[in-house]
Amino acid sequence: MSKAGLAQFQQVFIEESLEGLDTMESSLLALDNGGDGELVHTIFRAAHSIKGGAATFGFPEMSSFTHEAESLLDEVRSGKRTIDGAIIELLLRTVDCLRSMFARAQAGEPLNDAVAESLRNELAAMMGRGAPAAGVQARRNVDQADAWTIRFRPHAGMLAGGNEPLRLIRELAGLGELTVTPELDRVPEFAKLEPTECHLGWTIELKGPVKRADIAGVFDWVEDECDLSIDAKHVVAEVAPPPVAVAAAPAANVADAGAARAQREASAESSSVRVSIDKIDGLINLVGELVITQSMLDTFREGEFDAARMAVLEHGLAQLARHTRELQESVMGIRMLPIASVFNRFPRMVRDISQKLGKQVKLELIGEQTELDKTVLEKIGDPMVHLVRNAIDHGLETPDKRRAAGKGDTGTLTLSASHRGGSIVVEVSDDGAGLNRDAIVAKAVQRGLIASGEGMSDDAVAELIFQPGFSTAAVTTDLSGRGVGMDVVRRNVADLGGTVVIRSTQGKGSVFTITLPLTLAIIDGLTAAVGEERYIVPLVSIVESVQLKADAVRSVAGGGELFRFRGEYLPVIRLHDVFGCGDAIHAIDEGLMVVVEGEGTRVGLFVDGLIGQQQAVVKSLEANYRRVQGISGATILADGSVALIVDIAGLVRLQSRRKAA
Amino acid sequence: MAKILAVDDSASMRGMVAFTLRGAGHDVSEAENGQLALDAARGGRYDLVLADVNMPVMDGLSMVRELRTMPEYKGVPILMLTTESHTDKKMEGKAAGATGWLVKPFDPEQLLATVKRVLG
Repeated sequence: MSKAGLAQFQQVFIEESLEGLDTMESSLLALDNGGDGELVHTIFRAAHSIKGGAATFGFPEMSSFTHEAESLLDEVRSGKRTIDGAIIELLLRTVDCLRSMFARAQAGEPLNDAVAESLRNELAAMMGRGAPAAGVQARRNVDQADAWTIRFRPHAGMLAGGNEPLRLIRELAGLGELTVTPELDRVPEFAKLEPTECHLGWTIELKGPVKRADIAGVFDWVEDECDLSIDAKHVVAEVAPPPVAVAAAPAANVADAGAARAQREASAESSSVRVSIDKIDGLINLVGELVITQSMLDTFREGEFDAARMAVLEHGLAQLARHTRELQESVMGIRMLPIASVFNRFPRMVRDISQKLGKQVKLELIGEQTELDKTVLEKIGDPMVHLVRNAIDHGLETPDKRRAAGKGDTGTLTLSASHRGGSIVVEVSDDGAGLNRDAIVAKAVQRGLIASGEGMSDDAVAELIFQPGFSTAAVTTDLSGRGVGMDVVRRNVADLGGTVVIRSTQGKGSVFTITLPLTLAIIDGLTAAVGEERYIVPLVSIVESVQLKADAVRSVAGGGELFRFRGEYLPVIRLHDVFGCGDAIHAIDEGLMVVVEGEGTRVGLFVDGLIGQQQAVVKSLEANYRRVQGISGATILADGSVALIVDIAGLVRLQSRRKAA
Repeated sequence: MAKILAVDDSASMRGMVAFTLRGAGHDVSEAENGQLALDAARGGRYDLVLADVNMPVMDGLSMVRELRTMPEYKGVPILMLTTESHTDKKMEGKAAGATGWLVKPFDPEQLLATVKRVLG
């Protein structure tokens, strides 16, 4: 097979191995928490597959490295060694190291580094022997001669195992010149002949410079199913070199477990999706139905129309509409993946962070099978990582503080996912100390965000932590600090069209709730008319639409306009103004004010009117044209014309910049 | 051209084996574990079965034992793909009824040569 042929399976192998590593990691963690022995087999199998594949697909460094881990696991598996914390720790670091090796393999960088080297030595030391010298294979003794006599008598049952004597003799013929003499002494009378048994034997003279190993190799598979003697004229022996002992090196620092995975996820953007056969079958059925409906509609190309045929046509169109909707749902379903792949990275992370901080944390995962669109799934990881770090770092207390507060030593961190309507809700909750109101207020006053906390509700105070640059940690720890604040979490989620809400009770804990759309590919929107143009306003951001009187909008200094809405003044954004549409309605009392919310700010969008609600398939403007401020994408309307999708957050930013200018 | 069943839980390994054999003109079916391989074997006759040892649901050795109880698979070559250079694993395979083994890692050329060996 060509190099290219091998390369296409290399990628599959890497993806598969990364999954295997995830399995190893989660099983190791389960073992750490007192899981059963079946887990050891699971871990062994994963390591074994990686080892076998690595050598085949051109990663010998990984293969030899995994071999060490596998040998260790084999001892555990066969009961020669009991698994303990030290072994689990070592194997977890092995998993990390392999992950980064695969990342380097994908980037085309050299695989070995100091970390791998020292880990290999550690594994070898754990096995109680020196590391094998790389590249040196203990070689078998080799015998060589110019002429051989081979006596080969198969046992009666050899044929049942699928080994054909003729094949073996043919192979020998490939090594040198043969003289074959059959031995018929075991052949019974014809009536007693068993066709499935082998009654013959052979004496074979082989001439030529042949190694004993090559001859033995021919009979490799049948050595226990035949009487075999291989006699030569003369023998030379070679001795295998002794293994070289290497002292164990000190443990090297292994990078954050999440890092290798983050890299992997970055590269997963273009990777494949696995789809269950059921989903594919469903699609195929739907396409079949569609074809039938289409051929039924096709009959309307000819002939006269009458009322009866009209009814049939209507029925057909209704069917087409139903199939289209079902097909759309199924196709969207293909990109839906369980959130488990994101959740699964947390057991390890929680373990590492809590150990670092001397806290005891129990992690609970709920609703791991909840499915969401792959694109959303790939982007939800980072905000979640941040919230989890934050919960362990700032939310949960050390065992002594918990005892003082009358709680158990171990804090609970819960990650849950569920569907609510067309959204997915992901919650990160802890039973820790909750938000410290006084600390937040003090900080906010110091930052000049508020004058005082007087009369502010707890929720309003909690909202303050989403302000840019806000951090309550006296010392920015290397865990949740990282120069990233809650404002970034909120922005990341907002970019996905979602929201983050916090509920907190002092002394009881906090709950961060992220609500996201199930998919980014289709949005529900209202179609707004502005002059000749049509714009789609995302439904999620619309608060309500109001018809205003001509005098309801006031101009303010600096060229802005405001109108009063439920006791607050909101800025007006005239879409015809922003996008330069001709023929649009300018008089406030003739158009419509759509109150929308973006990034926590409410504004009024002034449009001619609303046409209706529709689902819009989002097409990227960036990919087809370029980025446009205030527009998040485009869609195609029923009449074939293009409508732009308004980006509320972008418009709000645009507006504030224009005001500042 | 032979009908060959490739059994391995690793998609990359299975894919490589199938790709190589198809390239040599064989008709290859794939199965992810021993149980699925048995289902496939019951549904049609294969001239050769290549199977991994360690697999979930049903491992390679159990699969060979089961296959050998089926009259139509008496004498059909079954090769185990193994990384164990340990004699005991090979012997276990033999005892279960395997024809022989192919030690991983192997390259496509070795695979084809071995398949040629058994198919004669």
